[in-house]
Amino acid sequence: MNQKWQKHGFIRLLRNWSGLLGLFLVTVYVTVAIFAETLALFPPNEQHPTDRLQPPGPVYRLGADEFGRDLLSRLIFGARNSLKVALTSVAAATLAGVTIGLLAAYIGGLSDNVIMRVIDLLFAFPAILLALFIAAVLGPGERNTIIAIAVVYLPIFARVGRAAALDVKDREFVDAARSLGAGHLRLIGRHILPNATAPIIVQVTLALSWAILTEASLSFLGLGVIPPAPSWGSMLSESRVLMELAPWTVIMPGLAIMFAILGFNLLGDGLRDVLDPKLQ
Amino acid sequence: MQRYILRRLLTLIPTLFGISIVVFLVMRLIPGDTISAMIGTQFQLTEAQAAALRAYFGLDKSLPEQYWIWLTAALQGDFGYSVRSGQPVLREILSRFPLTVELALFATLIGVGIGIPVGVLSATRRGSPVDIGARSFALLGMAAPSFFVGTIFIYVLSVYVGILPNAGKYVSLWEDPLKNLQQMFFPALTLGIAFAASVMRTTRSAMLEQIHSDYVRTARSKGLSEPVIVRSHLLRNALIPIITLVGFEAGYLFGGAVIVEDVFALPGLGRLLLSAISQRDYALVQGTVIFIAFNFVLVNLFADIAYTFANPRIRYE
Repeated sequence: MNQKWQKHGFIRLLRNWSGLLGLFLVTVYVTVAIFAETLALFPPNEQHPTDRLQPPGPVYRLGADEFGRDLLSRLIFGARNSLKVALTSVAAATLAGVTIGLLAAYIGGLSDNVIMRVIDLLFAFPAILLALFIAAVLGPGERNTIIAIAVVYLPIFARVGRAAALDVKDREFVDAARSLGAGHLRLIGRHILPNATAPIIVQVTLALSWAILTEASLSFLGLGVIPPAPSWGSMLSESRVLMELAPWTVIMPGLAIMFAILGFNLLGDGLRDVLDPKLQ
Repeated sequence: MQRYILRRLLTLIPTLFGISIVVFLVMRLIPGDTISAMIGTQFQLTEAQAAALRAYFGLDKSLPEQYWIWLTAALQGDFGYSVRSGQPVLREILSRFPLTVELALFATLIGVGIGIPVGVLSATRRGSPVDIGARSFALLGMAAPSFFVGTIFIYVLSVYVGILPNAGKYVSLWEDPLKNLQQMFFPALTLGIAFAASVMRTTRSAMLEQIHSDYVRTARSKGLSEPVIVRSHLLRNALIPIITLVGFEAGYLFGGAVIVEDVFALPGLGRLLLSAISQRDYALVQGTVIFIAFNFVLVNLFADIAYTFANPRIRYE
């Protein structure tokens, strides 16, 4: 079943124009992040004091910032930082969240109730506020940003995992596997988890979009990645005072964030249409 | 219905308890010595002084005891004192709260005011240039971070129009309504754009779900005009998911306001939180986070109740 939707799903995704555009934007973003060293013309933190605030031109393709650093190179390395934070935090949230959700549903009864009430509590906070709060308490830095984003997204994955498990837990094929002597781990891993793959994939895509936004927001507020490491959010924030002199230093990072988010949103919508018609 | 509302109000109690526990525990994650975190690192304390302060703040007691002391004080409105201003935390919060509420309401108004009509137009003229334009706007509106949109507004206003939206002192709505609305318009629009984008998307898809249903065909065949069908038949039913979304998103505006207030230098609750964070004023951080979360839960509760009013098919017993 997996093989089949993988093949057909991919073709259907390519026929869906918005999904295709999303896939394109995401591919560009990931490629840029991976090949940052090759693509960047300058090291991201190399200063050229004589070229401060150079407008876009032949040398500095997208202009230079207040320290004469090449904006394009910083954006390219910013993509890497942003992707690294987003991928790590979402991977952690998915792993922990789905495991908790699956276990809660599988065990059922009181434990399920208690676990899910605790998870619900995290929904009582506006997401960005909770991320801000955790990042503020832990202090700025890449690791803490990752923790903050992962904690906020964990409950959503717990719900996805739980819903998928509840859906199939009492179906005949699970009973059949159990009566054939399958252990708990095998039942969850081989029979229940695969049922959750489609919603998890959709949710992961949307979570990545949110994680990119949150990392940028936290860095914008000075609570994310520590400068001078290039982060799109802090680049935008630092350039605000110079906006009238050098608008490109604000606009370029802003557009980078926007297109990365747009890419994952479009891809997520496309994947949802293709994989999970129920979720529309 | 009354019983349902009463029951929902009762479920607030455990939720609020839970919020307070989460906030209390997260605050204990502050790295390093709590005392120097509380009073600032500029003071060099002797061990005896630190111990005395620890006893004074109750930090030598067990966690549950500390929580109990803190909770009973909080229930009486005592969230401690801001170490920077010396003011009670609650008073500081309440003095900043009206601005944030105004911003959130204003943004909701803009979001609903743009989102619903555009969503209706987009659904009734599916595939037309209007629809394509509206959908592109929604996609971009949801992808553009508010700090970027706000910054661009400030840039355009100051460079091309020659006004600085955040220049000069902030005036409250009561002092000078007109000036206040001028100051609040662009911050509210910044928050409202993303809001309008998601309201528009939900309106559109809710309308499209209904547009081919039997009751619409019946309405059409009994000769009702298209505007009447849209207004009193389609929109009535499409309203249910829209209300859910608006309630949910209106709560998120409290979180989003943090960023927009920072961009536009508005002295609201969000800005209070950010300055408390940068000054390590933990009592204030804790109080503000709890306060915002409480309001978020309340707004979601109101949305739930509004939902049951809008959807007579659902009866909660």
